[in-house]
Amino acid sequence: MVRELTCIECPTGCAIVVTVENGRAVHVEGNGCRRGRDYAVAEVEHPERLLTTTVPARGLSLRMVPVRTSRPIPKDARVNAMSEIRKVRISAPVRVGDVVLPNLLGLGVDVVATRDVS
Amino acid sequence: MDERELVIVGGGPAGMAAAVEARECGVRDIVLLERGAHLGGILNQCVHAGFGLAHFREVLTGPEYADRFIQRVYETPGIEVSTRSFVAELKPGKVLTYLRPGAVCTVRAKALIMATGCRERTREMIQIPGTRPAGVYSAGLAQKMINIEGLLPGRRVVVIGSGDIGLIMARRFSLEGATVSAVIEIQRQPTGLKRNIVQCLDDFGIPLYLGHRVLWIHGKNRVEAVDVAPVDELGREISEARFTLACDTVLVSVGLIPENELIEMAGVELDRRTNTPVSSDLNYTSVPGLFVCGNAFKVYDIVDSVTRDSIVAGRQAVEYLAACNGGERRG
Repeated sequence: MVRELTCIECPTGCAIVVTVENGRAVHVEGNGCRRGRDYAVAEVEHPERLLTTTVPARGLSLRMVPVRTSRPIPKDARVNAMSEIRKVRISAPVRVGDVVLPNLLGLGVDVVATRDVS
Repeated sequence: MDERELVIVGGGPAGMAAAVEARECGVRDIVLLERGAHLGGILNQCVHAGFGLAHFREVLTGPEYADRFIQRVYETPGIEVSTRSFVAELKPGKVLTYLRPGAVCTVRAKALIMATGCRERTREMIQIPGTRPAGVYSAGLAQKMINIEGLLPGRRVVVIGSGDIGLIMARRFSLEGATVSAVIEIQRQPTGLKRNIVQCLDDFGIPLYLGHRVLWIHGKNRVEAVDVAPVDELGREISEARFTLACDTVLVSVGLIPENELIEMAGVELDRRTNTPVSSDLNYTSVPGLFVCGNAFKVYDIVDSVTRDSIVAGRQAVEYLAACNGGERRG
């Protein structure tokens, strides 16, 4: 089976063709770089995305703290991940990279702040 | 009147890059004026990832990209940051009047870099007929409401235009549990980046109607629905194929207009069509020593390019000052 993908790693958006056998990527072409190859393999074998959102702050200088997952998570875990992240409230100052929710859904991925909020 | 070597208007990525570069090239007296309470500009509300691959060789979110520069600006002696400072007037001779809490200040800049960014085009500018109910937002305003204010503008959304901000917001609304019924684009090709079609629309099963336009916005107090139809090659609607989409919110993502009212006041020549300065070269204007960089100079697709070109603006200001000061300033 052949799958045609648009790479999402950078603004170029290369058109990539992946040959898939038994759920494994066996041949990748059309990618412009190493990141594109890695994306294409992941996309057919275990698609994942970095998740970014915001969580409410309490008693801090901003209403919302922007956050992201420390690594990409499985694409189909996003709805459950959002439900978990929605429960978080931040009431102490955070710096960029501080963990605000450890081990999201047991995936071994943390949710971290992406902005200093005092 | 206060006189400063270099005044920079706008504390977003363009203004910060120019300030840091000018300081590194030897300008010791720099004022960075920012209208908002924080540096970072529009990056602060762009909480999604995809920034920085060209400049930092890693993928960052908007606030993380901004933070790299904010730290450098505050660590650099010789850059005075003035937030909550709104420039109200720019006169010939590079004389600025700005308001900050409790004060009206006037300053003459030897060199001036304007890094004032863009505004969004609005519903009125593309003339979408219909009633005028609540629930029609520009995409960037909705982004600010969700990501900065923590407010969800609506639950059932139609996006007009396939600009990147509209696509990013289609994903954002979906993640927040709202339904995005469609993105309507009058052109045959999407205007946003291909990767945003994939990761913002395809990932969430949101239909993209190319070659379609919104004919009417319905609703008395709040948006209730939009009428949509395909258009032919001449842009005329094919009314027999018309359909209606129920929604409570319409997002308008139909492009950006560089924000250049201030330099116009000072007599800088503008191109009426693009609202950008008439220019012989990158960042130059018709007024010597007055530079424009970032999205105010031209609309960029990605912030990394804004950074690259705004670093150049910082150097151009340094060269101009060196020439003014008889070459004694460098170093």
